[in-house]
Amino acid sequence: MRETLLEIKGLTKAYPGVIANSDVSFSIGRGEVHALLGENGAGKSTLVKMIYGLVKPDSGSMRLNGSAFAPQDPHAARASGVAMVFQHFSLFEALSVAENVALGMENPPKPRDLARQIREVSETYGLPLDPDRTVGGLSAGERQRVEIIRCLLQEPKLLIMDEPTSVLTPQEVEILFQTLRKLSAEGTAILYISHKLEEIRSLCETATILRLGKVVETCDPRDTTARQLAELMVGASFDAVTREARAPGAVRLAVHNLSARSPNAFGTALKDVSFEVRAGEVLGIGGVAGNGQDELLAALSGEIVTRPEMVEFDGTPVGGQGPEARRTAGLLSAPEERLGHAAAPDMSLTENAILTAAAREGLMKNGFLDWSGARGFTEKVIKAFDVRTPGPGTAARALSGGNLQKFVIGREVMQRPEVLVVNQPTWGVDAAAAAAIRQALLHLAGEGAAVVVISQDLDELMEVADRFAALNEGRLSDIRPVQGLTVEQIGLMMGGAHDMEVAHVEA
Amino acid sequence: MIHLVKRPQPSRVWTAVTPLLAVVLTMIVGGIMFAALGKPPLEAIRTIFWDPLFHPQFAAYSRPQLLVKAGPLILIAIGLSIGFRAGIWNIGAEGQYIMGAITGAAVGLAFYPLDSFIVFPLMVIAGALGGWAWGMIPALLKVKFGTNEILVSLMLVYVAEAWLASVSSGLLKNPEGRGFPGSRNFQQYDAGANTEVIAGTGMHWGVVAAFVAVIFAYVLLTRHIRGFHIRLTGEAPRAARFAGVNPGRVVIFCLGLSGALAGMAGLFEVSGPAGQITIDFNSGYGFTAIIVAFLGRLHPVGILLAGLLMALTYIGGELAQLMLGLPGASIQLFQGMLLFFLLATDVFTNYRLQFGQGETA
Amino acid sequence: MDLGTINPILLVASLMVSATPILLAAIGEMVVEKSGVLNLGVEGMMITGAVVGFAVAVNTGSPGLGFAAAALASALLSLSFGVLTQFLLSNQVATGLGLTLVGLGLSSLIGKPYEGMKSPTLPDLPLPLLADMPVIGPMLFQHDLMVYLSIALVAAVWAGLKFTRAGLILRAVGESHDAAHALGYKVVRIRLMAIFFGGACSGLGGAYLSLVRVPQWTEGMTAGAGWIALAIVVFASWKPWRVLIGAYLFGGVTVLQLNLQAAGTRLPVEYLSMSPYLITILVLVIISARGYHGAPASLGRPFHASH
Repeated sequence: MRETLLEIKGLTKAYPGVIANSDVSFSIGRGEVHALLGENGAGKSTLVKMIYGLVKPDSGSMRLNGSAFAPQDPHAARASGVAMVFQHFSLFEALSVAENVALGMENPPKPRDLARQIREVSETYGLPLDPDRTVGGLSAGERQRVEIIRCLLQEPKLLIMDEPTSVLTPQEVEILFQTLRKLSAEGTAILYISHKLEEIRSLCETATILRLGKVVETCDPRDTTARQLAELMVGASFDAVTREARAPGAVRLAVHNLSARSPNAFGTALKDVSFEVRAGEVLGIGGVAGNGQDELLAALSGEIVTRPEMVEFDGTPVGGQGPEARRTAGLLSAPEERLGHAAAPDMSLTENAILTAAAREGLMKNGFLDWSGARGFTEKVIKAFDVRTPGPGTAARALSGGNLQKFVIGREVMQRPEVLVVNQPTWGVDAAAAAAIRQALLHLAGEGAAVVVISQDLDELMEVADRFAALNEGRLSDIRPVQGLTVEQIGLMMGGAHDMEVAHVEA
Repeated sequence: MIHLVKRPQPSRVWTAVTPLLAVVLTMIVGGIMFAALGKPPLEAIRTIFWDPLFHPQFAAYSRPQLLVKAGPLILIAIGLSIGFRAGIWNIGAEGQYIMGAITGAAVGLAFYPLDSFIVFPLMVIAGALGGWAWGMIPALLKVKFGTNEILVSLMLVYVAEAWLASVSSGLLKNPEGRGFPGSRNFQQYDAGANTEVIAGTGMHWGVVAAFVAVIFAYVLLTRHIRGFHIRLTGEAPRAARFAGVNPGRVVIFCLGLSGALAGMAGLFEVSGPAGQITIDFNSGYGFTAIIVAFLGRLHPVGILLAGLLMALTYIGGELAQLMLGLPGASIQLFQGMLLFFLLATDVFTNYRLQFGQGETA
Repeated sequence: MDLGTINPILLVASLMVSATPILLAAIGEMVVEKSGVLNLGVEGMMITGAVVGFAVAVNTGSPGLGFAAAALASALLSLSFGVLTQFLLSNQVATGLGLTLVGLGLSSLIGKPYEGMKSPTLPDLPLPLLADMPVIGPMLFQHDLMVYLSIALVAAVWAGLKFTRAGLILRAVGESHDAAHALGYKVVRIRLMAIFFGGACSGLGGAYLSLVRVPQWTEGMTAGAGWIALAIVVFASWKPWRVLIGAYLFGGVTVLQLNLQAAGTRLPVEYLSMSPYLITILVLVIISARGYHGAPASLGRPFHASH
């Protein structure tokens, strides 16, 4: 048994309308790799924010190294030896790597010394990084290295990692795990947050499973099957996604040598992307975040206009058309970002239905809107997709992530698209909602639509796609049938290990 | 400790209550200010808000003034509010107002002394076009080059003012004016005069135009896809692009519309209440209309009410100047405070207060 | 017209004087924008500074006290903007406009009794040795204290942003308030300090206008200087030394057109007096056609620490 490093006792935190954490207790030993497992909304991030000093608990206590630990803010947490690698929101794109690292340290050394230290640590742990580069120009994997190095420079006793592998290829994940194992051997405890069961089983020695804010189990994941873990995490079993075998029909969507610049300063340009999708077929497009996924969706939805022949829909060149024309013809899409892109946060669901369905559903005449028709359509979507909301007048931002995602996908599916393109259809969505969304996409394909699913979740793509390709730095890999694909092959399609190396430290 | 919690959706009650709360707060703080200036606060407040409508002696004169002053404010504010809804910040309405007045008056003066019913409508169209053209400058620069419309439209106010100074003592100067600066007076040119539609009410053609604009804006924003797209652009620009809105066209439409309405307001003013082009015929309506737009919650009906209220403070302010010797500038400050308090209380529309333990900020 | 009456030495010297109010306001606003806040109330803060500085200088006989009071008054006024935008999460564009309207009203109310009065002004402070140099001496080194201070302020802001940890944190907050918050930086507090600093600078700029440049109080005397300061920040791509260049270029245009007016050119006065505004627009167009380089990514976006 390891010596206890952090002991958490009865932590409770409530927000208006939800109890994020209720009486959470567990402990982490020195050098232990401890998994925190749970669905989206289970309270994982609130819990780690309390440990990192970003949120104060309503009740309960923590002890670090045997003495009381109640960090006022992240500075205090860092000073006590707690470091955190964030999933989002902690890097500054316009600043250099060194500046980003300095901002996460309590007493950064002089710039020149810091640059040297960054080089040293990045060398030691196999995380190559140039301290002078601007973070905005880095890939998702490189950005994560910045965060990790920022933590390592402070020689933390406890390293919190929030979903670190969602931005990595399988090869990179393997290298990261080796780095983490070395750290653990050096005595650094790691609190590893994830919902990926196999990862946890291969890396962690203890797992605390949260459900609806409560600890439901603490166990050794190596002795527990993935199935058992999943049931503990989700609570109830639900129907697995089913797919019928079907013969693909005619080509509905064809993309020829699509190249397009990104509208964002730090975006990724599309380079020479070509593929075809047939009626009844689901094409899965994988890849690490930031490799052109947003741009590909925009080029297909019409937000990015290209040369007409680059995008063909049922044989008609549509690359030069805007979103309205493509939608009317039957080429529909749903972008990744729910709030602010797929839906307007402060507008009602009915208004958000108008947003894409006005023309195709006949919700306007001569430009004048048919609000009662729109309400009817919205209610249809709410009912068909089991969107939990008081009614169509509710603002989009009032819905939970899963419910809003069901609404956004439902809004497009209910318009009977000929071709549907979705980006990250189940990102941040609980398992039951994710299954429902995937089932709806498969059902749509079963009825003869062509579906393109862009996703960073490989399990999802393996579940729904017939064929698979990966985006890497704006280029699309070869397209292969999903059946028979190995994780190794998928990883190579995504760009392999890029330039990561195995850590050089001796354990 | 008190902190703010975001409401799941905007509160309808607070949307309506905040303007009233802002008025009350402004009265309180304004009263303190009047007291500090050595004026009786309650009497000053009463003189500003009550007497123009109900004073036995002055009300007969000042009541019609309410519409005369509210007309241009509402007309301009309606145009501005549509742009503000889309996140397009035209703050140069004063310049568009001046340019509309100049072009409209120039057309009228060109016809002088022709006596035809066609003159006045032509002047209105010319005024709208003049304001529209002045609004198109920031619009086109924004669409073509991404230039900030706030700064450009504001700079153009100063340019328009210089232009006004130039024409009132040059191009449009009254040839029979014995050398005094200023154009011919439209009050003495019937075909080009903006007259009262119903005598004695203050309701001139500009007021009619303002009411039409209110109805037009209401229909546009609540019933038409174009109005929906304008709101969407302001709420979530990326979602608007996804919906298929061309942001450039929204900019052109909004700045063009607000420019045209401001230009019309300028023409109505110069051919009616002001009577002639002079170096200072404009009385800052273009700026006050910004307050009106916000006070009316960028909603057409709200703007109608806010325009009347703001007109009241103008008239009441003049009355208070006359009767209590209140400095004219204090009314300007009063109006500015109204906007400030509105913005301050607006937070309750989207957030509510919670007492107790909170986040570390 | 007689161009011979325009003396190049005097032109440069008066250019620096004419640019100083805008320079002060612009460098302050640049710091505010670097922290991610867009305060459009510069005009209102400047004119408040102008009237308060003038009134205090007249009443105390000390221009120094006038400057100090102006800085304090405008900074306090800017805090009202800070409270509204940072605590009450109001729209920054609307609040900035409101600040300008309040400032204009407040200043004309305070200033009424002071119209037409004279105030003590700052003495020139020739720098030893440097001032005696031919040509360059009278051009650059025979100014009053505030001219030197304004340049020193630019240097200080430049060094502060580039080399200090406080500067790095300020830039970080302006780039991404969410990330800064996640790392434990007090976004609201840092922004309030930046707003306060910007207000004080605007106040100094306004006071320089009423105490040195004009020197008199007239209603609305800033005549858009605050807006031009905002334009100069854009022109400068949020870089301190370019703010200096922008302000001096603008000062040059103003002085030149005044000199041309005095020299009696055939161009009507109105066209000359609109030229600074037209040139500002032109410069904005050229800069924006090149694309906005260096605008802080969080500029103008409201921040609320949610869970």
